[in-house]
Amino acid sequence: MTETRVHFYQVGSFAVGNRLLSDADRTVQASQERTNSLDAGHRACQGCGEALGARYALDAAMRATEGRLVAVNATGCLEVFSTPFPETSWRIAWLHSLFGNAPAVATGVAAAMRAKGRDDVRVVGQAGDGGTVDIGFGALSGMFERNDDVLFICYDNEGYMNTGVQRSAATPPTARTATSEARGPDPGNVFGQGKDLPRIAMAHDIPYVATATVADLHDLERKVERAMTFHGARYLHVLVPCPLGWGAASADTVRLARLAAESGFFPVFEAEHGVVTGVRRIRRRVGVEEYLRPQRRFAHLFAGEGRPDLVARLQALADANVERYGLAPEEE
Amino acid sequence: MLQQLEGSRAVAETVARCRPEVVCAYPISPQTHIIEAIGAMVKDGRLAPCEFINVESEYAAMSVSIGASAAGARTYTATASQGLLFMIEAVYNAAGLGLPVVMTLANRAIGAPINIWNDHSDAMAVRDAGWIQLFAETNQEAADLHVQAFRLAEALSVPVMVCMDGFILTHAVEAVDLIDQAVVDSFLPPYEPRQVLDPDDPVSIGAMVGPEAFEEVRYLAHLRQLDALELIPSVAEEFAALTGRASGGLVHPYRLEDAETVIVAMGSVLGTIKDAVDARREAGERVGVLGVAAFRPFPVAAVSDALSGARRVIVVEKAFSLGMGGVLATDVATASPASGPDLATVVAGLGGRPITRRDVEGILERSARGTLPRLSFLNLDEDVVARERARMAASRRSGPFAENVLRDVAAGGAHR
Amino acid sequence: MERPFAITLPVGSSRANHTGSWRVERPVYVDRLPPCNDACPAGENIQRWLYHAESGDYETAWRTLVEENPLPAIMGRVCFHPCETACNRVRVDEAVGINAVERFLGDTAIARGWRLGEPGPDSGRRVLVVGAGPAGLSATYHLRRAGHAVTLVDGAARLGGMMRYGIPAYRLPRAVLDAEIERVLEMGVEVVTGRSVEDIAAARDEFAADAVFLAVGAQLGRRVSIPAGDSAKVIDAVTFLHQVADDDPPLLGRRVVVYGGGDTALDAARTARRLGATDATIVYRRNRAKMPAHAEEVEQALGEGVSVRWLSTIERFEGERLLIEKMALNAEGFPEPTGELEELDADALVLALGQDTDLSLLEGSEVHVADGVVPVGESMMTDVPGVFAGGDVAPSDRTATVAVGHGKRAAHGIDAYLAGRAFERPERHPLAAFERLNTWYYADAPRTHRPELERIRRQTNFEEVVGGLTEDNALFEARRCLSCGNCFECDNCFGVCPDNAVIKLGGADRYEIAYDYCKGCGICVAECPCGAIEMVPERI
Repeated sequence: MTETRVHFYQVGSFAVGNRLLSDADRTVQASQERTNSLDAGHRACQGCGEALGARYALDAAMRATEGRLVAVNATGCLEVFSTPFPETSWRIAWLHSLFGNAPAVATGVAAAMRAKGRDDVRVVGQAGDGGTVDIGFGALSGMFERNDDVLFICYDNEGYMNTGVQRSAATPPTARTATSEARGPDPGNVFGQGKDLPRIAMAHDIPYVATATVADLHDLERKVERAMTFHGARYLHVLVPCPLGWGAASADTVRLARLAAESGFFPVFEAEHGVVTGVRRIRRRVGVEEYLRPQRRFAHLFAGEGRPDLVARLQALADANVERYGLAPEEE
Repeated sequence: MLQQLEGSRAVAETVARCRPEVVCAYPISPQTHIIEAIGAMVKDGRLAPCEFINVESEYAAMSVSIGASAAGARTYTATASQGLLFMIEAVYNAAGLGLPVVMTLANRAIGAPINIWNDHSDAMAVRDAGWIQLFAETNQEAADLHVQAFRLAEALSVPVMVCMDGFILTHAVEAVDLIDQAVVDSFLPPYEPRQVLDPDDPVSIGAMVGPEAFEEVRYLAHLRQLDALELIPSVAEEFAALTGRASGGLVHPYRLEDAETVIVAMGSVLGTIKDAVDARREAGERVGVLGVAAFRPFPVAAVSDALSGARRVIVVEKAFSLGMGGVLATDVATASPASGPDLATVVAGLGGRPITRRDVEGILERSARGTLPRLSFLNLDEDVVARERARMAASRRSGPFAENVLRDVAAGGAHR
Repeated sequence: MERPFAITLPVGSSRANHTGSWRVERPVYVDRLPPCNDACPAGENIQRWLYHAESGDYETAWRTLVEENPLPAIMGRVCFHPCETACNRVRVDEAVGINAVERFLGDTAIARGWRLGEPGPDSGRRVLVVGAGPAGLSATYHLRRAGHAVTLVDGAARLGGMMRYGIPAYRLPRAVLDAEIERVLEMGVEVVTGRSVEDIAAARDEFAADAVFLAVGAQLGRRVSIPAGDSAKVIDAVTFLHQVADDDPPLLGRRVVVYGGGDTALDAARTARRLGATDATIVYRRNRAKMPAHAEEVEQALGEGVSVRWLSTIERFEGERLLIEKMALNAEGFPEPTGELEELDADALVLALGQDTDLSLLEGSEVHVADGVVPVGESMMTDVPGVFAGGDVAPSDRTATVAVGHGKRAAHGIDAYLAGRAFERPERHPLAAFERLNTWYYADAPRTHRPELERIRRQTNFEEVVGGLTEDNALFEARRCLSCGNCFECDNCFGVCPDNAVIKLGGADRYEIAYDYCKGCGICVAECPCGAIEMVPERI
C-alpha cells in the first residue's frame, strides 16, 4: 500500500471554511472577524450575487490591506441597495459619485493618498457590468492606460438590472432582456456583440487581470490578495448571477455561477502584464444547456421545439473558451 | 514685483503657490497653457507634493478631482467650453457632494458651430450646478482670484470656478504682480476637509436621497451659496489688506456716483467699457459701470444697491439664452431696485467678436437717444440673417445655415 | 467627523433595516439521520464519532462510539459493515472505510488503556444474562451503565460466545477479544462460566434476578443426511471451529471439503488450510452471485488457495471420495439437479449448512418458541414479563453486530421494565438522503484499504489477516466522511449568505440564523454540503 498524504477531504478546498484548518488557511469569509464590508440590512433582492461578490471581494481586500482601504462605487444596483438615505450598509470608507466615472474617481482618491504620503491606503473601484463595459469604459481604459494604482472590480450580472433588466455589452447572446426581447427569428440578445473586458484589460498590459465567480470563494479571495501585491492598475471581473434579471431561483445564485464556470461559458483565469498565468480548470464539465436551463432569460431556447441551433452556437462559445484558456479537466 | 506675464502663466504660478496636491486636466484651448505650466512645475519638482494627471477626457478630469478632493487633497483643474459641457455631470456632482475643487474656466464659446474664441456661454451653461462662479476682469485679478477661490471653497465646502476670458486674458501678456508664497501661506491654511475618505474613520459619501430629504439637501446647498455672499467680500477685504489689491468681491462699481446710466458686465470687457465710460464722463454724461465679480452666488443686494440711483441699466453680456435673451440680464432684472430703471440687454462678443470702445460708446449713445431696444445684438449683420431667413423660407433644404452664413460673409456679405 | 446631511452616512447604519420581513420561507438547521447510522444494527452514531476522529480527538471519538457499542475493536474486525453499504459516499467515489476507522479507534483504546465509564448508581436490581456472546456482553455493559447488577452466565469455559468459538483467530485475535471483554467486566459483573442454564425459571430464582436476558446464540451445527461410509470423517463446522478455538483441532487430513456457502463455510475452509490441508474445497449448490457469504471473505479465501465447486450438491461420501451432482439454475434462479455426477477426493467433510439454537432451557417455561427462535417485542421482551431475548435466539439476521444492538435494546427494555416505564425507542430523524447533499464541496478521494497479510503467510498460521490503519490513514479515512445530514462546521452557510444573516457561534456551537435580516433566499440550504439546513414556510 502506498502512503497517501492526508488532505482535508471532507471539505477539500471548496467549502468556505474548515474547523480542521488553521485560521490562516481558511477563507476570509470563514472568520468571525471578517469586516462585513457590506453589512446586513441592505436592500438587494433575495439571493443577490452582487451583494455576495462585493462582500467577498472587499472583505478579502480589507484583509490584504490590513484595513487600509477606500472603495469607490459607480451608480447601479450595488450603490442603490447599499446606501439609501438614511442608512448605509458599508463598513468601509466608501464614495459614490456617478455611473460612468468610478475608475477616474478612484484614480483621484489614489492620487490624493499618494500626494498625502498615505501610500498604505489602497483603492478599489467597483461597478456593475454597465458601469464597467459600457458607460464607464472610457474612464476605465484611461485608468488602465495611465496604470493608476487602483484595483477595479466589475461585478458582472450581464445587464442593467437596476433599471429593469436591459441589455448591456456584457449580456450574452440569446439572453432575453427588456431591450432584447425573446421574439422573432433571432430572439434575445444578438450574437457577436459584447465586450470581453478582461481581454481588453489585458491588452493594456496592466500588472494583473483576473476573472472569478461567487461560486469559488477560495479562488476569488486568492485573486484579490494577488491583485493587492501589485501596484498600478488591476482588474478583477467577477460573475455575479442575478436572480431577478436571469429569471432564476434565489437559491441558485451560487450554483449558476458554478455551472457558468464548469460549462466553460464563463472562463476563470488570471493574467499578469498581459499574459495568462493561470486558469481555474473545469472540475466536473457540463454542457451549456445545464447552465442555461434554470434561467428564464434563456427559456425560449427550450420552449416547444426549442432552438437547438442557438444552443449549439452557445456551446461553441463555451468550447472556444475551453480551448482558448485550456480549461479542460485534467483527466480529459 | 510686477512681471510681464501671459495670463495663463500668471494663473499657473499662482495656483502652484496655493500648494494643490492633485491637479488633473484634459487639454482644451484656451486652457492649455495653464495646465502645461503646472504640469511642468510638477515634473521638475517645483510643485511638490503634487500629483499631476493628464486624463483621457474632461469627464475624467472632474471625476479625478472629485475622488482627490473627497480623499482630502487640495484639488485643481481647468477647462473650457466643450470640455465643461463634457464634464457637466461631474460638475454638478462635485457641488452636490460639497467638494471644494477649484477650477479655472477659460471662457469660450460652445458649438456647433465649433468656435474656439471667447464668450461666456460655457459658464452660463453651468450656472445652476452649485458652484461659486467668479469672473476676472484682468490677469492680475484672475491670478488673485485663485488664492481666494481655494480659501472660499474650503471654508464653505463648495467648489469654485474662476472664469477668465479665453485668449483675451489667458493668452494676453500683461504686467502682473505675482503673490508671494509666504502671503499665500498666511492667507490659505492647509485644507481641513469637512468630510474625508479615511479608513480610520470610515463614512459612506454619496448616498441616494429620496423625496423625503432631497429638497432639504438642495436648500442647504442654496444656504451655503448665501453664506458665500457674506464670505466673498470679507475674503476679498482680507486679501486686499495683505496685498493692497482690490481683487474679487461681489461687484466692482465704477463711477457710479450720480450715474443715470449704468452698464453691467462681467470679465475683461469691463476694461473697454470703463474706457468708454471715462470718455463719456469727459463729455459730461452721467454714466457708470457695475462689474459683476461673483455671478454665483448672485449678489442681489449689492447689485440692487449699486443700481439704486440709475434710470437706465444696460447689461452687456457675452452669452444669451436662446429664445429668451440675456442670462446675466435676467438676474440683474431680478436684482433691480424698486425704483425700476429701464433695462436693456446687449448681447455682444459672441464667439470672440471684438467689442471696441467705440461699440460701447455707440450703445450709450443709443441708450441716451432712447433707441436702444430691450434686447439687441451688437454689430449683428442683418443682411446675412435676412438672406438666410429668405432661403429657409424658400426651401426645406436650404443647407446648414452656419455654412450659408459663412459663405455669405466670405462673399462680401451685406455688400453683395 | 461632521457629516453633511444626507450626503454622507455613518457606517453600518443599515442594520436598522430589518429585511427579514421580506421572507416567505425560513432556513432552519436540522440534524438528519445519516444512512450509516440508519444501517448500523448496533445503533452507533457513526457520523458523530467520525466527526471527532476527523480532528484527531480519538478518545472523544472512541467514547462517543462506546456510548452505543462497547466492542469497537471486535466490531472493527468482524462486522460486515452495512454502514458502508449504505454510505452516501458510494455515489461520489467509494464508501468511507468506517469499519477500519472503528477498528483503529478500538485498537487505540486498548493500546492506551482507555476504560469504559463508571457504572450507573446502584439501582438495587439484578439481571441474569444467559450467554456471554456479543448480545450478552452488550446487554451487560448497558445494564451496568444503568446501575443494575448483572450475573453473566455462560456454558463455555471462556466468555465471548461465537466470537470466540465461531470466528477464527486470524479474523479476530484473542488478545483483542479478551481485552474488550475484560473492559466490560471491569464495570463489576458477577461471572459464572462453564455453567449451562437448563431451566430459565429456576435460574431466575437461583440468582435472585429481577429480569433475565436470554442470549445463548445458535451454536448447533445443522446437519443433513448424507449417506456416508463408516470410514468417512464428517464433522459440522461449528464443532470444528469450536475445537480449533479450544486448541484441540480434529485431524481432517490433507483434502478437506466444506459443504455450504455462508461465512462459516469460508471460515472452516480457511481454517482447514491453516491446519495443513493442501486442498480445501467448498461445495456450494448455487453460483457465486447467490452465495450468502460476504464478498470480501470469499475474495480472501480464494486468495488463500481455497477452491469452490459452484452449482454442486453432495450425494454421497464413500471412502475417500465424494459423489457430487451438478446443478443448473432454472428460470427463477433456483438450482435444479441435472443428474450429472462427478467425483471429488476428500479426507474429511465439514458441514457448514447453518446453525440452530439450543433452547432446551425454555422447556417447561411459558416462553414461546416458534421456528427455533423466540419471538420478542419492541423492547426484546418475550411474552413472559421480565424475560428478554436477543442475538441469534431472536428472529433477525445472525451477526455479531445485530447481537450487540439487541443487547443494547434489551438493556434499555429491561431498564424500562424494572422502572415500570413503557419502553420507547428514541425518535429517529428523517434520513439524510444523497439527494440532499451538495457534493461539489467534497473533494474526490479514494478510500484507504487496510493492508492484508501476504497470502503466503496467512495460509499457514492464525495471525490476523487484515491489518489496521495507521493513524494517518485513519485520519484520512475519517475525513472522507460526508457528515450526511449533520453540520460539520464548514462555514458555507456563514459564507454564502448575501445578507450576513448567518451568525457563526464558534467552537463547536455551529451557527444560527439572524432572522431580522434573513430574506429567505435559500442559498445556505442549496450550498450546505451535508443537507443540514432546510427551508420551511414562514408562519405569518
